[in-house]
Amino acid sequence: MNLLYKYYYGDIPEEKGGNDNTPLGDGGKTDWPLWEIFIRSKQGLDHKHVGSLHAADAQMAIENARDVYTRRMEGISIWVVESKYIHASNPDDAQSFYEPAEDKVYRHPTFYDLPDEVKHM
Amino acid sequence: MKDLINYTLHLADDSLILGHRNSEWCGQGPVLEQDIAITNISLDLIGQARNFYQYAATLMNVQKISPPAGGGDSEGAATEDTLAYLRDNREFKNCLLVEQSNGDWAKTVLRQFLFSACQYYLYGELQNSQDEQLAAIAEKSLKEVIYHLRWSSEWVIRLGDGTQKSHHYMLNAIDDLWMYTGELFSVTDYELRVMDERIAVDLLSIEPKWEKKVKEIFTEATLPYPDKVFMQTGGKEGRHTENLGYILADLQFMQRAYPGSEW
Repeated sequence: MNLLYKYYYGDIPEEKGGNDNTPLGDGGKTDWPLWEIFIRSKQGLDHKHVGSLHAADAQMAIENARDVYTRRMEGISIWVVESKYIHASNPDDAQSFYEPAEDKVYRHPTFYDLPDEVKHM
Repeated sequence: MKDLINYTLHLADDSLILGHRNSEWCGQGPVLEQDIAITNISLDLIGQARNFYQYAATLMNVQKISPPAGGGDSEGAATEDTLAYLRDNREFKNCLLVEQSNGDWAKTVLRQFLFSACQYYLYGELQNSQDEQLAAIAEKSLKEVIYHLRWSSEWVIRLGDGTQKSHHYMLNAIDDLWMYTGELFSVTDYELRVMDERIAVDLLSIEPKWEKKVKEIFTEATLPYPDKVFMQTGGKEGRHTENLGYILADLQFMQRAYPGSEW
């Protein structure tokens, strides 16, 4: 039986992550590799992940990102990373990865009495 | 004044017709990302055309010069829309290159490259025009053209220096389009007269720059620079290939069937 999987950004298994470097066939059926796009919207802000797209190489990925993701003045800087170089945690590991933190509230620094002189904490 | 209007219309028609041609790729691009890229370029060009048409319409209405056949609204005044949607084939002054059919992707990107390379030097010079309005439009549009030139150059190199098959497609595209490149630098009477007023760009001065650029990109793309061939001309004076009729049938149908319709 074939199971359908739904992947979220960051959960793309490596074998699906644009590993395909075979050249375009006659029908163009083989896709270009997939790239993850990061855009910085203003000076001083971080680059944020905005999505992904297909491109033949890094140069084309940057230009495609310019055309696809910055048409409405969304950004002033673009980073691209080929998706296959992103290593992601496995959603199946969620129980052992994240749930143990649930009952450990003492890891938040909320158990200290702050002196009055300390502001902006 | 008539010459300035004709020159402005020529610049507008070049952008509108190529913009329309590129828009025919919308939803048909080889991949989604390039579909968006070519449609963006299309919108840039149509935006340039609007600026030029608005200026041409203003000139006509201020000078009380009646617009060319079909080029006026119900009161006989010209607007950007009447100039684009109601003028006849023979009134269009775009060069033949921009009206040529899209063909395959190689032909489309080569057409864009040959035209953008010319537009790049043309607008660069037009920024110094004695006509402030044309200079301002050129300055604004040049930023877009720099990107069109970069995008289309990279595609010419990618396909020319790609596989045997893509190289072959580029050779065919050069065969199809080269005969229309001479007209980019042929000077019409109206251009000559506004050139004397230092309004229009001296095309002969930008031709060697264009040649150098095309040679540079063709060399990188491992494509041969074509030998001299007989060059087709006439578009800038209203004598077009049959392609323009089909374009206008598409472009003008709505306004002609439902005059004044808006949505």
